[in-house]
Amino acid sequence: MLAAGAKKSEVLTKTGMVVGLNDVSLSVQSGAIYMVMGLSGSGKSTLARCINRLNEPSAGRILLDGQDIVAAGEAELRDIRRTRISMVFQHFALLPNRTVAENAEFGLKLQGVSPQVRRRRAEEVLSIVGLARWGNHYPHELSGGMRQRVGLARALATDADVLIMDEAFSALDPLIRTEMQDELLRLQRTLKKTILFITHDFQEALKLGTRIAIMADGELVREGTPQSIVLDPGSDYVAAFTREVDRSRLFDARSAMSPVQPVPLTAGLCLAETGDGGGLVLDDGGHVVGVLDAETLRGLREGKPYGDANFGTLRKDFVTVRECDSLLDAARAHRAGRPMAVVDEEGRLTGTLAGDRILAGIASAPPHPAGGLHA
Amino acid sequence: MLDANDLNVFPVDAWIQDGVAWIALNLRPLFLAIKWPVEYVLTLNIFLLQEIPFLAVVAVAVLLAWRLASLGVACFTGIALVAIAALGVWSEAMTTLSLITTAIVICAAVGIPIGIGCARSDRLWGVVRPILDIMQTTPTFVYLVPVVMLFGVGTVPGEVAVVTAAAPPLIRFTNLGIRMVETEMVEAGLAFGATRRQLLWEVQLPLAVPTILGGLNQTVLTAMVMSVVVAMIGAEGLGLVVLQGLGRLDVGRAAVGGIAIVLLAMVLDRITQKLAQPGGPGGRPLLRSLRALVRSGPSAEDKGVARTAVSNPVISSPDQ
Repeated sequence: MLAAGAKKSEVLTKTGMVVGLNDVSLSVQSGAIYMVMGLSGSGKSTLARCINRLNEPSAGRILLDGQDIVAAGEAELRDIRRTRISMVFQHFALLPNRTVAENAEFGLKLQGVSPQVRRRRAEEVLSIVGLARWGNHYPHELSGGMRQRVGLARALATDADVLIMDEAFSALDPLIRTEMQDELLRLQRTLKKTILFITHDFQEALKLGTRIAIMADGELVREGTPQSIVLDPGSDYVAAFTREVDRSRLFDARSAMSPVQPVPLTAGLCLAETGDGGGLVLDDGGHVVGVLDAETLRGLREGKPYGDANFGTLRKDFVTVRECDSLLDAARAHRAGRPMAVVDEEGRLTGTLAGDRILAGIASAPPHPAGGLHA
Repeated sequence: MLDANDLNVFPVDAWIQDGVAWIALNLRPLFLAIKWPVEYVLTLNIFLLQEIPFLAVVAVAVLLAWRLASLGVACFTGIALVAIAALGVWSEAMTTLSLITTAIVICAAVGIPIGIGCARSDRLWGVVRPILDIMQTTPTFVYLVPVVMLFGVGTVPGEVAVVTAAAPPLIRFTNLGIRMVETEMVEAGLAFGATRRQLLWEVQLPLAVPTILGGLNQTVLTAMVMSVVVAMIGAEGLGLVVLQGLGRLDVGRAAVGGIAIVLLAMVLDRITQKLAQPGGPGGRPLLRSLRALVRSGPSAEDKGVARTAVSNPVISSPDQ
């Protein structure tokens, strides 16, 4: 019916069935944390549950490394659930009659793994989530955050490469939630799972997500990286979420910097103009070695010689931030009168960042044309 | 003037008489098949309880009460059993107890599987539920009519009536217990690739145990009531003591039977209620307690108690 152009409300009145999801198409890269964000009833959980077919999709395909999950038979589906996809639940769904270790090894037990092997694995994953000493306790003896750690350990124990986290942190206190988010990011650095994280919290989506999909009314309204969504919400609906976002933490220095085009200065040295008339002097590796102020630079242009012909005694009063540092960090590092160099992982200069550009970035105002010198 | 009796034109009694005669004649093998396991278990139970020395029965009962319920219940059990013996109706009480334990065994063997089936199939539940409704609204006394017609009189037909009356609560509670397991728990099972069988044994049944034990308590009490009523169709036991007392206008004898029944009923109720009690001071999951009993044995009881003390969370509230 939907394919024939019917509206959701028409389907509801004619068939009594609610359309949960309509024509949603996503692709999730392996190793990424993919956030599906939406308000209640938006179909975000339905989407996630379709992935391991806790909800049966009525049409469409779900490809996991090319294997169509929707087409999988009962045994094949069970196999996928046991070894490829695991899940963390909003209310933890730990079995109260089993110890923490027994809960952690639950998935392995279903697979028929021998008790010794699965106990060893359970101890492993419990120590990964920081509950090594809690194996013999029962879930009701643990706090909410610790219980969700058990839920996470249980999901990790099967070594599945896809992890569905359905509102996994929504039932936790704000402080514990933040702690768990940091923990997840820390774990993800080593685990490199493909995580599909469902949330109704846009801040959480921004914090954790490599990419975010925003759902409304069973449809996908916006998809992209956190920064691109905040920069360009694309619709009023999405803009309502992005309005309150703390951009100073979200955006990194790279997003606001003015890129540089170094020009040769003398043998082995290059010059990168900073936009206020001055410039940064780079060695041939691209590392910043010193500063030339506007006056000196003008002098050089007019043919005056620099005091020291080899630029051995350059002023060093510049500040450095990394590309991945947030604008908040950049603002903290900013000093009046000192140019700010933005460097990449290897310390090579990639751009400069002036105070007004930091402010523009935080305000998400369109950056004005780069460089006052050429304006 | 129209009198109510004028309307009595249907010879229903004659129809039923004929119908039952036909059923009794033609379906005899079926009723024999139903009767056989009941008779077998009952005979075994009566034999055991009558042959085991009085002190041993008391000791085992006290131990069970202590391990399954609490020390208080154990003390009460000991006193109540000694009191029954002091009343001079020990043998009759053991017969009644046999009727009840047999009912527990058979109801559990039949009722729990039916309850599980009902929980997993709405269609089956749709069929079973009205039957249970009828069974549970029927006064216990009325059960005796079809039983006498189809199974005759005596202790074994009496036991059939006891089992029939006692099974519905267990079926109902088993069904309810499994259906009440939170969907998220079931989904967790499914998400980790449980088969239907695994889902039942690993997730649903363990979480339904407290409710099922609640049903067991109801079953035991119904069986208790019924085991007294069936004295009217010639079943032995405490009920017969009361019936004989009444028949001979021997109020004293009838009262003795009555007191013994009350004592026995209280013992059974206390023990089974503690089993089902969520997280109460003595409430321990039956399976774990039994396992602890078997594993530690009476010699290492302290260890067992320590283990079970930490382990009453089966029943902890779902949002924990």
